Amino acid sequence: MSFERIKEKLNILADAAKYDVSCSSSGSKRTNKNKALGDSSGMGICHTYTEDGRCVSLLKILLTNHCIFDCAYCVTRKSNDIKRAAFKVQEVVDLTINFYRRNYIEGLFLSSGIFKSADFTMERLVAVAKKLRLEENFNGYIHLKSIPGASDELMREAGLYADRLSVNIEIPTKEGLKLLAPDKKREDFLKPMQKVKNEIIQYKSEKKIIKSTPKYAPAGQSTQMIVGASGENDMQIMYTSQYFYKKYNLKRVYYSGYVPISNDARLPALGTEVPMLRENRLYQTDWLLRFYEFDVTEILNNTHQYLDTDIDPKLSWAMRNMHHFPVDINKADRHMLLRVPGLGLKSCNKIIQARRYRKLTWEHLKKIGVALNRAKYFVTCASATVFNKDYEASKLKGLILGNSSTKFEHGRNNQLSLFG
Amino acid sequence: MTESILLYDGSFDGLLSAIYYVYDCKLQSVTIQREDKPRPMFGSVVRIDTEEKKAQRVWKAIRKKSKNSQSFYYTFLSERGDMERILLAYARHVFDSGKNIAGDYGNEAVLQVAKIAKSVGREKHRMEAFVRFRLTKDNIYFATIEPDFNVLPIILKHFKSRYADQQWIIYDLKRKYGIRYDLERVEEIEFNFENNFNPTETSELIFAPEEMEFQKLWKNYFKSTNIKSRKNMKLHIRHVPKRYWKYLSEKQLMT
Repeated sequence: MSFERIKEKLNILADAAKYDVSCSSSGSKRTNKNKALGDSSGMGICHTYTEDGRCVSLLKILLTNHCIFDCAYCVTRKSNDIKRAAFKVQEVVDLTINFYRRNYIEGLFLSSGIFKSADFTMERLVAVAKKLRLEENFNGYIHLKSIPGASDELMREAGLYADRLSVNIEIPTKEGLKLLAPDKKREDFLKPMQKVKNEIIQYKSEKKIIKSTPKYAPAGQSTQMIVGASGENDMQIMYTSQYFYKKYNLKRVYYSGYVPISNDARLPALGTEVPMLRENRLYQTDWLLRFYEFDVTEILNNTHQYLDTDIDPKLSWAMRNMHHFPVDINKADRHMLLRVPGLGLKSCNKIIQARRYRKLTWEHLKKIGVALNRAKYFVTCASATVFNKDYEASKLKGLILGNSSTKFEHGRNNQLSLFG
Repeated sequence: MTESILLYDGSFDGLLSAIYYVYDCKLQSVTIQREDKPRPMFGSVVRIDTEEKKAQRVWKAIRKKSKNSQSFYYTFLSERGDMERILLAYARHVFDSGKNIAGDYGNEAVLQVAKIAKSVGREKHRMEAFVRFRLTKDNIYFATIEPDFNVLPIILKHFKSRYADQQWIIYDLKRKYGIRYDLERVEEIEFNFENNFNPTETSELIFAPEEMEFQKLWKNYFKSTNIKSRKNMKLHIRHVPKRYWKYLSEKQLMT
């Protein structure tokens, strides 16, 4: 292969693929049998991190950045004057294998601009995955993009070779989509998602009866929404996200703060700051819903349509619900422990285990690794000292912000300057 | 009572044999240490012979009663100066309490073992991520590492099942030994590197002609996939601490 030419293509097609934030390589078990290449244990590995702090787990590239669509928020949109390139199927296969053998990556994340038609594009994505699996005996991770509008037959085949399939809804609201991507219809995204969901269910139930049933997209489906491109509020984003989690059994929804890439008047101007703090708050909310037994209506509703920026959503919920606290560390059930600001999943599990042996004190909690600077105001324990003193929510907020630091200096400064 | 100083050969079985001895002789005040470490001035010194049978008995008992024997082994691999003291205290707590103590984080030794095992586990995970193979002329994928802890014994399985169809060597330059997979089995090896051996150089004398090209492609990919307007070096360094950069091809200066 000509390394110079490949290098050029790689630069263009990796650069164009980087706005897709998904990098997960977990959730799929492929055991290496008969001395093949690769083995996925179900745990993802981040092989390195970019200078923006994001995990690099997969070779994330577009097959091509030629595209017949003209979505305003996308760098590869038809009307954008940029260098275009396209990989051959074999080139992607060779790159993946050679990177994998050197332990650079867990596998491939292949997406594409849409050239000619949806099916023509999807067919080539599937061809790469098929070649990797059947010719190279590759057991690493493969994530393919479902191309909106691709036929059911191709989507069925895709799932046989890929671990994960995803289709990005990108714009959380219907109105936003109409404004920014007039050629695209929401139904086109939903159709392949629905197909894959049905296939996953069907293959799973067949596998229970016939053991040799092949795997179908074992790591499930995911999607992505762009945050801050179409004026939507946090409630709209999270309600849409919940809808997709439930309706399509998604494994993950990703939130991607919009990075300004054009002078289009419909979008935030070039140079506008990427809404990273907002993105972070959305992920925190997503976690509360998936792992901390919260319901979305408790965090976002008609009275609270936006997440607080100066404090995280769990603390914010606690401030609005002071009547639930303090919680007794030695007695509270898991559901309530999970709601205490400063207690993470791991701390909760450790507390539940450790309190079987003895009553826990502040000293124990500190050693277990609880963030006491927050938690102490919301719990009691076997020690006599009590920090929970009928504070007013605003006073308590000041106390907690006073003895904690934030990674988002801008965020908090902005807040202060509003009042100061 | 005089303190007993038990000297062992530094192996895991040796340490377990020493713990066996502690129980066998009902010792109270005791220090276990490697025989190559400087000894305290006072105390009666006993050299412990490593005996597999005795070691097995202790190991079995710990496994049965603590349900978390992996943490015990990981703590051993940490090579910490006070590792023997902590593990003896842990073993004592296991044997004294009679019930499963795996979750007893209110106990000092249990918590310490859990914490040390966590950092050894993190290093294991890091090495599974940060090993960078380079293809040699004789078709062996070769990597050098300098991990904080002795993790080769616990990353072996991961690499063996993942790279079952290629020959590879992972060499720990800090501890001067490596593991080699020859398509059949994995074995320990020791090299005598020449004095001018530079582990970060990809010399054409040793490595395959296309090797450097793939390193360049990888480095290019690493650069292209970064989003400049989201730059966050603090987070980058927290995930990829500088001490690991030496062997990461994407962090090398390239001409």
